[in-house]
Amino acid sequence: MEIALNLASVTSKNNSSLIGSLKSYCRHFLFLKASSIAILILLSFSSAISLGSSASAAEEAATPTKLYGTISGKDGAPLPNIGVAVIGPEGFAKDVATDAEGKWEVEILTKGTFNLTINQDDLPDGQALTDPTKSTVRANVFMLGVDLRLLFPIGPGVAKASTLERSAQLAVDGLILGLIIGLAALGLSLIFGTTGLTNFAHGEILTFGGLLLYYLSAIIKLPVLVAAPIAVLLGAFISGFLQDRYLWKPLRKRGTGLIAMLVVSIGLAIFLRYFFLFLFGGDTRQLPQYAGQAGLEIGLVNITPKSILTTVIGIIFIILATFWLLRTRMGKASRAVSDNPALASASGIDVQKVIKAVWILGAGLATYAGVIVTVNQGVSFLMGQDMLLLIFAAVTLGGLGTANGALVGSLIIGLFVQLSTLFIPTELKYVGALIVLIIILVVRPQGILGKKERIG
Amino acid sequence: MQKPKSIDASFALTTSPTPGSAKSDPILVADKIARQFGGLTAVNVDHLEVQRGSITALIGPNGAGKTTFFNLLTGYDTPNSGTWSFNGRALNGIPPHKVARLGMVRTFQLTKALYRLTVIENMALGARGQKGESVLRSVFPWMWRAQEAEIRERATAILTNFKLIEKQDDFAAALSGGQRKLLEMARALMVEPEMVMLDEPMAGVNPALKQSLLEHIKELRTEGKTVLFVEHDMDMVHEISDWVIVMAQGEIIAEGTPASVMGNQQVIEAYLGAHHNEDLSANQEGA
Amino acid sequence: MDFLFIAQQTLSATIGVNTIIFALAAIGLNMHFGYTGLLNFGQAGFLAIGAYSVAVPVISFGIPLWIAFLIGIFNSVIFALLLGVPTLKLRADYLAIVTIAAAEIVRQIARSATFNEWLGGSDGITGKFGKDFFALNPFKSGLDTPILRFNANDLWVVITGWSLVAAITFVMWIMVNSPWGRVMRAIREDEDAVRSLGKNVYLYKMQSLIIGGVIGSMGGFVYALSRQSVQPDNYGTALTFFAYTVLILGGAARVFSPVVGAMIFWFLIVFIEQVLRQGVTNNVIPHWLIGVNQVSQIRFMLMGLGLMALMIFRPQGIFGDKKELALDAKA
Repeated sequence: MEIALNLASVTSKNNSSLIGSLKSYCRHFLFLKASSIAILILLSFSSAISLGSSASAAEEAATPTKLYGTISGKDGAPLPNIGVAVIGPEGFAKDVATDAEGKWEVEILTKGTFNLTINQDDLPDGQALTDPTKSTVRANVFMLGVDLRLLFPIGPGVAKASTLERSAQLAVDGLILGLIIGLAALGLSLIFGTTGLTNFAHGEILTFGGLLLYYLSAIIKLPVLVAAPIAVLLGAFISGFLQDRYLWKPLRKRGTGLIAMLVVSIGLAIFLRYFFLFLFGGDTRQLPQYAGQAGLEIGLVNITPKSILTTVIGIIFIILATFWLLRTRMGKASRAVSDNPALASASGIDVQKVIKAVWILGAGLATYAGVIVTVNQGVSFLMGQDMLLLIFAAVTLGGLGTANGALVGSLIIGLFVQLSTLFIPTELKYVGALIVLIIILVVRPQGILGKKERIG
Repeated sequence: MQKPKSIDASFALTTSPTPGSAKSDPILVADKIARQFGGLTAVNVDHLEVQRGSITALIGPNGAGKTTFFNLLTGYDTPNSGTWSFNGRALNGIPPHKVARLGMVRTFQLTKALYRLTVIENMALGARGQKGESVLRSVFPWMWRAQEAEIRERATAILTNFKLIEKQDDFAAALSGGQRKLLEMARALMVEPEMVMLDEPMAGVNPALKQSLLEHIKELRTEGKTVLFVEHDMDMVHEISDWVIVMAQGEIIAEGTPASVMGNQQVIEAYLGAHHNEDLSANQEGA
Repeated sequence: MDFLFIAQQTLSATIGVNTIIFALAAIGLNMHFGYTGLLNFGQAGFLAIGAYSVAVPVISFGIPLWIAFLIGIFNSVIFALLLGVPTLKLRADYLAIVTIAAAEIVRQIARSATFNEWLGGSDGITGKFGKDFFALNPFKSGLDTPILRFNANDLWVVITGWSLVAAITFVMWIMVNSPWGRVMRAIREDEDAVRSLGKNVYLYKMQSLIIGGVIGSMGGFVYALSRQSVQPDNYGTALTFFAYTVLILGGAARVFSPVVGAMIFWFLIVFIEQVLRQGVTNNVIPHWLIGVNQVSQIRFMLMGLGLMALMIFRPQGIFGDKKELALDAKA
């Protein structure tokens, strides 16, 4: 489809009157104020975080080689106080345990082969090794000075929960995952529909949202319940409004092609990812509040209160967004532009305004998705990238450009990813979803709710 | 290149001017071709035969389904039902490139000149049975150099005929709209087709070039090729067609010689609307 | 600031192993995207397959290295077929998503604990699988001059690698200028037109996918052999995107441009990294701004920005002709 955007946007009819010009001046001024505040925040944010990370960098330079790792449960939450016994050459033997963030490490001074055995009894209920016979991991250190990261694969507890319990738990996990994906996918689909842009940097909006929340709660020390809404508003503004205004809109005005913009979004994603890594370090960080919250047993399912709260708010957001799309004038206009931009523009819809609205909404929802993940599992610089492929899968599955399709696709992908672990190893659950994506594309390329395109 | 078959010019006099009439020597026969998009029926052709060696025009108002019908016949789209055959060979489920190889070549409404190839490259592309197009043989230039030279000769001959020879090394993007139409037709000839299907060959072409195109189409008939073309330019249709088929709302509503079709009441109504003759004021209440 | 050292490192990198790897990856992409218009975003998958095919048979099954190369080529043909059969009939952006998904599947399986035994899990495979190759090395010591520095092994890889690149580029040049190449370029313009001339477009696209993929997997051969190690996380989507950067930099759709693009790319990256590193260690750049361990991160940030700038300001690359813009969008 050729997107022929009517770039002679219809400006507000009020501009000729005094009130009109006052209005636009106020908007302009407020905007300047808001964006300078945003920039200030970003600057202080970066210096605070980089202070944190360069301190540890100095430490690292002085210590010899280490073997290290993080032990997390099957849903990504860290497991503290798990013992690891390390046996090495020349009689090296040491016991270490994971800290509050699930991390363990051991310093080694010689080269050689080390055997690390996890103490399975320390694992809590519901968590166990994917293969209990493989509790020992071997590390070959052939060069000192290179730290090695080792993995103990934790999966659904073997024979600790019945299949029914596991299915119920996974179904709930799947719905929650579907919600997270859906919040991001909705925005991506709408942006694609209205501007034709396949935005490979969409995942970084989630990461940014998580980082904002972390900064506000861990560094500025606001309570999470206050920090989260602020993070969402900031995210909507920066990742939505600013991104479109200063990057995509100028490119569209120049007539940059869609594939070119796709590649630009890839460059942006790479830049942002490593920028976040630079500012923030490679570790997964937990929020200071609610980190080790205990789960509630509700029926067959174990779910934490924070999970319930964030999910419910997420569902409310989706309902509000759907209401906006179906009932408000702007929402209906968005759907019109998404369907046929040239026609929508010709019937008087201000396409530029619609695009702005879609970006703000989409970014806000995706930011909240990042908030959900951060509250429940912590935030890392790779968070967005991990999600991105699932988001694309969901959008493609549901039908590119349709809002309903994005939601339907997200639920299916979320459920599939989690429920598939009943049959395949947890670490391969994304593989299952990706294979399903490929199969669906072959059988029904327009997705579940998409429209078939005509040739010629 | 096959021997030109003797053209039965009298076929127009002996064929019945009714939709779906039988022809004395049909090269293309279609039966019960239907294509629906959702609830909309785009094409619903009961029976059609195209006379071998004739120039047949396919006309009708916009949205009549002519291009869709072209797409169906040449394999670019799949009908919901129906069968059709070319030279007696059934074409159901045959992909478009095989249809072309069987001898039925089409052009497109929106010209598909290959912009980043030069004119001569566009032409050379059309030739069939090129050894150099095989991936293995392409690596050994001596295996295809000779054939390539032959192809170039043929191409330059056709280009000279079409008065495009001076542009042969220009990119196709540098040609004007009308020249691209000529190029597309010339390129189709490189395939050495038996039947040429032209989708609006005159669209957007200036009057001077139009005459030239007309002459080339007549030449095709002299060489024994069958031509089926879609057009809106009635003068042109009148000037060169042996036979005219009229489509409206997906169906064939009339067939006959240009003269008989032009006077056909049904055809006029299809183009102009049923109430075109009435007074405007009488229409206003009903409108 | 040791500028001589910076110059030596930079120039060595410009003709070094990484340049060869990226040149091969980009030559493959040039076949896919530059000449046929296929948006393959899974090139990293082909490199991964090449790399693992060289390491696993030799280390786990004791198969000779030369046979492992053939296995690698065979595997990448299979992968290309698996990718191509479902996707070559789809629209361009669908192909992009499917190929990314496929390459991710390859990487996830490679790093999974389930296949740890053969594929080495997330740590990958390290071992002397290149023994037979390095045994042929006539250079007992490396090259140590003020402007170029290679150890003995790297020198051998560089020489054989560039010979491979030269041979492949030559063959590609012949193919692209043949009638076969003409059909490819036509497909890039408009598939339906090519079909109307009797060509089986699907078959040609598949051939392009296979050829470009095999060339890419040879980049994997070099990657694995040069380091005698295969790490799954090196073959993520970032590798594909940087290969595209190399391709675009050189100006897609010219036979030698991936090579030049790779050289320019690595020249810039290593130069910037060396300058930054020296700046940090010599306190020219203050520590609160950039820590020693963060230099490589800055490098990637710049690569991301560079790709953006390239696409926005000079999408035709160094050698491309703006008129022949390879990246016109026809969605």
